[in-house]
Amino acid sequence: MPDTVATHSVGIVSPQTFHFDEPLVLASGRSLSQYDLVVETYGVLNEKKSNAVLICHALSGDHHAAGYHHEDDKKPGWWDAYIGPGKPIDTDRFFVVSLNNLGGCNGSTGPGSTNPETGAAWGNDFPKLRVRDWVNSQVRLADRLGIYQWAAVIGGSLGGMQAMRWSLEYPDRLQSCVVIASAMKLTAQNIAFNETARQAILADPQFFDGDYLAHKTYPKDGLAVARMIGHITYLSDDAMGKKFGRELKSGSFEQGKDNPVEFQVESYLRYQGDAFSQTFDANTYILMTKALDYFDLAREYDDDASKAFANAQCRFMVISFTTDWRFSPERSREIVNALMDANQAVSYAEIESNYGHDAFLLPNTRYEQVFRQHMNTLDLNKASS
Amino acid sequence: MNMRNDLSIIQDWLKPNSRALDLGCGDGTLLAMLRDKKNIEGYGLEIGADEITACIGKQVNVIEQNLDDGLSNFADNSFDTVIMTQALQAMRAPDLVLDEMLRVGKECIITFPNFGHWKARWHLAVNGRMPVSDLLPYEWYNTPNIHFCTFNDFEVLCREKNINTLNRQVVADGPLAAFKDIRPNLFGETALYHLTR
Repeated sequence: MPDTVATHSVGIVSPQTFHFDEPLVLASGRSLSQYDLVVETYGVLNEKKSNAVLICHALSGDHHAAGYHHEDDKKPGWWDAYIGPGKPIDTDRFFVVSLNNLGGCNGSTGPGSTNPETGAAWGNDFPKLRVRDWVNSQVRLADRLGIYQWAAVIGGSLGGMQAMRWSLEYPDRLQSCVVIASAMKLTAQNIAFNETARQAILADPQFFDGDYLAHKTYPKDGLAVARMIGHITYLSDDAMGKKFGRELKSGSFEQGKDNPVEFQVESYLRYQGDAFSQTFDANTYILMTKALDYFDLAREYDDDASKAFANAQCRFMVISFTTDWRFSPERSREIVNALMDANQAVSYAEIESNYGHDAFLLPNTRYEQVFRQHMNTLDLNKASS
Repeated sequence: MNMRNDLSIIQDWLKPNSRALDLGCGDGTLLAMLRDKKNIEGYGLEIGADEITACIGKQVNVIEQNLDDGLSNFADNSFDTVIMTQALQAMRAPDLVLDEMLRVGKECIITFPNFGHWKARWHLAVNGRMPVSDLLPYEWYNTPNIHFCTFNDFEVLCREKNINTLNRQVVADGPLAAFKDIRPNLFGETALYHLTR
């Protein structure tokens, strides 16, 4: 843990595991008879239980959103830039709840967990999940924590989809909904990227139809390629150009020399793919990308987004980033237009950034200002009952 | 110009509990006032970063959207009133903006500075230079105000487009303000028009 950031950090944190025995019926019709959710919390829940904020993670996120697990951790949680004392999600003011979603691979029940009925790892047989299943499991968690109404439910990308689903399914249980770099449904191109990534995993001979754990192996190479594909789409052309250009990592193009040449960008992507494949689960990757593909906010509302949002009772803050082409500003504007059409309270900011989809995780002065200002307006005197 | 006077005239023209869209809503002062005093549901469109942050702080609904890109995301007659204060002269195509305002809103309210005001005429006639004033403190080369008009110019445009004027008010400050009702195009600084098709 670097000393310099310690004053604006939540510091050393440790996750807790909540066990749930009541069966959870899923959108697919199947159910989970019991499950665990791994959770981190930052800040203190006030007496009225009115200052709680739920963080919904994206594709590869988990419960570790802020702070450090050990003194010698080099990197903090994935959203440490925005959660902590004095940060936009100010832990001096809010009680922040961050969980690893069902189907995840960082402690919550998922494909790598043991199926109580067979005694073996779920693997490929783990139920397919949809965004609403996560929301339903998060509701159980809120009930367990004694929180009725969240001051805010916040999410970026796939997390934004969860936040929006909350606003429709449990309208009185959130005061505000913060939707960052998200969409009401994926475009064909976006689904295509996910499918290409999944095919990379499926093509790995170590995948064994998802039952690699039973074969005591792991589709490491396939998952690495899947991540490389994803990673390209999270960055902008401009950001990649600035960071790597055509710089060579090794070799040269000198005439008369026949040596292997490696571009910096190749080396970087391989490194990212390798690092990811060592910590992430292939079945979880498939499950999460499918949940992204399946999400369609207005499907149950006659494909009319305004009709869907008509049920909401919270205030919305929608944020997008100029160079994000995976979840482009246009997708966010669609959310905003539907909200205005439904007469809902909404504000929208389009943040200038060179970092593509990844911008939602990175420090950015204007993004911080807008986010902080919205959080400042939340009323924490409303009792959560 | 007395801004408070300006806003309270607009407030009087709006029906309580109605729905308003404010184009170039600035820091949200008008929308906050309309919400608090007349229970008006409003949205503001704005591109200034500081203004957007200020609106969010007031819990005024603000949408980052460039007016020069049009209002195609809004349906016909989706607002009771569409408002634009002191921004018409900065639009790339003011005539098209006016059409769009009257498509999206059942009524519209528009305010703009009068380029026919005696001070502007004096500046150009005597100094031979483009007018610079407190209200319009820019040089010709850096001004965001690219389409100036006088009250008379604007009224000609409204006639050509068959737009009906429901109300008109002229606001002025300073020693000769008293003459604004007799010769508005010479002594009025800002005009407020309440229009409909």
